[in-house]
Amino acid sequence: MAHNNNHTHLHGQALPKVLLLLPNPCFAQVEANNSHKFHFLKAWASPLPQDQFLETHAGSVQVLLSSSIGPPITAQILHLLPSLKLLVTISAGLDHLDLAECRARGVAIASASKIFAEDVADMAVGLLLDVMRNISASDRFVRDGFWVSKGDFALGSKIGGKRVGIVGLGNFGLEVAKRLEALGCNILYNSRKKKAFVSYPFFPDVCELAANSDVLVICCGLTAQTHHMINKKVLLALGREGVIVNVGRGAIIDEKEMVQCLVRGEIGGAGLDVFENEPHVPKELFALDNVVLSPHHAVLTPECFTALRELVAGNLEAFFSNKPLLSQVENN
Amino acid sequence: MDSIGVLMPVPMSPYLEQELEKRFNLLKLWTVPQKSQFLKDNSGSIRAVVGNAGNGADAELIETLPKLEIVASFSVGIDKVDLNKCREKGIRVTNTPDVLTDDVADLAIGLALAVLRRLCESDRYVRSGLWKKGDYKLTTKFTGKTVGILGLGRIGKAVAKRAEAFSCPISYHSRTEKPELKYKYYPSVVELASNCDILVVVCALTEETRHVINREVIDALGPKGVLINIGRGPHVDEPELVSALLEGRLGGAGLDVYENEPEVPEQLFELENVVLLPHVGSDTVQTDTAMADLVIGNLEAHFSNKPLLTPVV
Repeated sequence: MAHNNNHTHLHGQALPKVLLLLPNPCFAQVEANNSHKFHFLKAWASPLPQDQFLETHAGSVQVLLSSSIGPPITAQILHLLPSLKLLVTISAGLDHLDLAECRARGVAIASASKIFAEDVADMAVGLLLDVMRNISASDRFVRDGFWVSKGDFALGSKIGGKRVGIVGLGNFGLEVAKRLEALGCNILYNSRKKKAFVSYPFFPDVCELAANSDVLVICCGLTAQTHHMINKKVLLALGREGVIVNVGRGAIIDEKEMVQCLVRGEIGGAGLDVFENEPHVPKELFALDNVVLSPHHAVLTPECFTALRELVAGNLEAFFSNKPLLSQVENN
Repeated sequence: MDSIGVLMPVPMSPYLEQELEKRFNLLKLWTVPQKSQFLKDNSGSIRAVVGNAGNGADAELIETLPKLEIVASFSVGIDKVDLNKCREKGIRVTNTPDVLTDDVADLAIGLALAVLRRLCESDRYVRSGLWKKGDYKLTTKFTGKTVGILGLGRIGKAVAKRAEAFSCPISYHSRTEKPELKYKYYPSVVELASNCDILVVVCALTEETRHVINREVIDALGPKGVLINIGRGPHVDEPELVSALLEGRLGGAGLDVYENEPEVPEQLFELENVVLLPHVGSDTVQTDTAMADLVIGNLEAHFSNKPLLTPVV
């Protein structure tokens, strides 16, 4: 087993253990910066298969680091970590975690959604502007030499005055709302519950929201309830001039139906950073100029990574000093 | 009024053409093979010219039209109208301010996001079918970047308001300082460029601002800096811009305008840190209609001896 020899404080006490199941560039940086404070237990570095490693070495581990590209944290894994009290995920999404099992076992969860919120909101606004103002389509047009040979590109659609329905008004949704308000949009939303301190009109039914919106921006997490929540009915309610932007998770939208609606002109356009079965993207979308496609890049900026490392380290320090976590998720 | 000849040099808006035809005798110069002859033949009846950003009324055209009373531009920038000549001859000039402010400002933000977050490049990548699981590329965050605005008029202020929602600190250079605004003023363009991450060109094109974005300014903006031009192509020394981008002395560019539209330097086509738009700043259905209505409104006001709606001269 890979062994870091500095596992003890100056006073001879063992450093608190932090478990990692699979390697990840973010975790590597966190470890490099914090190896004097925590003992990073690396399951993949052991010759033992994961389950056996956990049984043998992780009985006293209180903290697990996870990412949405690491293994899903299932009930089976949690069962092998009887002392686990904290799960720190470097994602905003929680769909790779067995939340019910964490709740049952009293495992707190800290996520990275606050850090990602700005970058995700920027991406959502960028995709919306791109679709409505034909940015990628007309950039292609210019590079293909068509401005010279064919003349001007078709007119786009004004952003100001549009009704934007935000699905999920959490960290991401609020940042999106703030930006789109400055662009003159009227904000509406749907969320699990109406938000107390928010003056935007609330729609308890996402279909009603779609019927009253020119644009839908999907900012919520993927759960059993939100899976395929944006279905054919919702898309038809959004309508022929409507635009959908997804920076949540692909499976929130019934992708097959959405593709059909786009191909048939039943909705006006789409800006998509996420897909049901990444990296697979339905080929029918490649022929459409009113669609902008992004390979799940919403959070890939160096500034995000730095902030992420600091957040993880901060959460670990807080936990081990019995202080409140920096980014605890409400899991109820 | 339909004996009033209105000359339109190039196509610019089917809706505008349609509305002009209802009210005036619209003469579409681009449909005519012998343009100078056509102008001579119709010089007795042409009392108005409707131009746009790229085609206005220069001294030569004005001299050819002795009955010209008004130039109504389908644009807010009127650098292609010889204003001195118009003043000299008592010819009125109108433009289309305010109605396009939001669209142009929105496009500046859209360009900045597209360049920094590589939206066009990513879209190309996905469409190529090459996206593999685990592939990722870092792009640059937009929120919090310092935005420097060259020209703090209507559109410049609208850009600032939008960028503020992204927590971008705002700085600017303008002919005069505006102390009532809380933005940081720089007395020169080079200083502005040295102290911002994203430089947005949005001033009017005049003798003074031609090639205002020169090598010195581009170098000051630097290898991490991004230039967004939603003003006029001649604001930027285009060959200098191209070489700076090719050599990596400038971090990126989002361009809606060029020195010689529709020609765009082909060396830029290979670059992923550049977004190239075909002068679409105000090109939305809604704004096209609003601009056309304003042109019509100005012409109707003039020919009914009423005050012009948006006079420049």
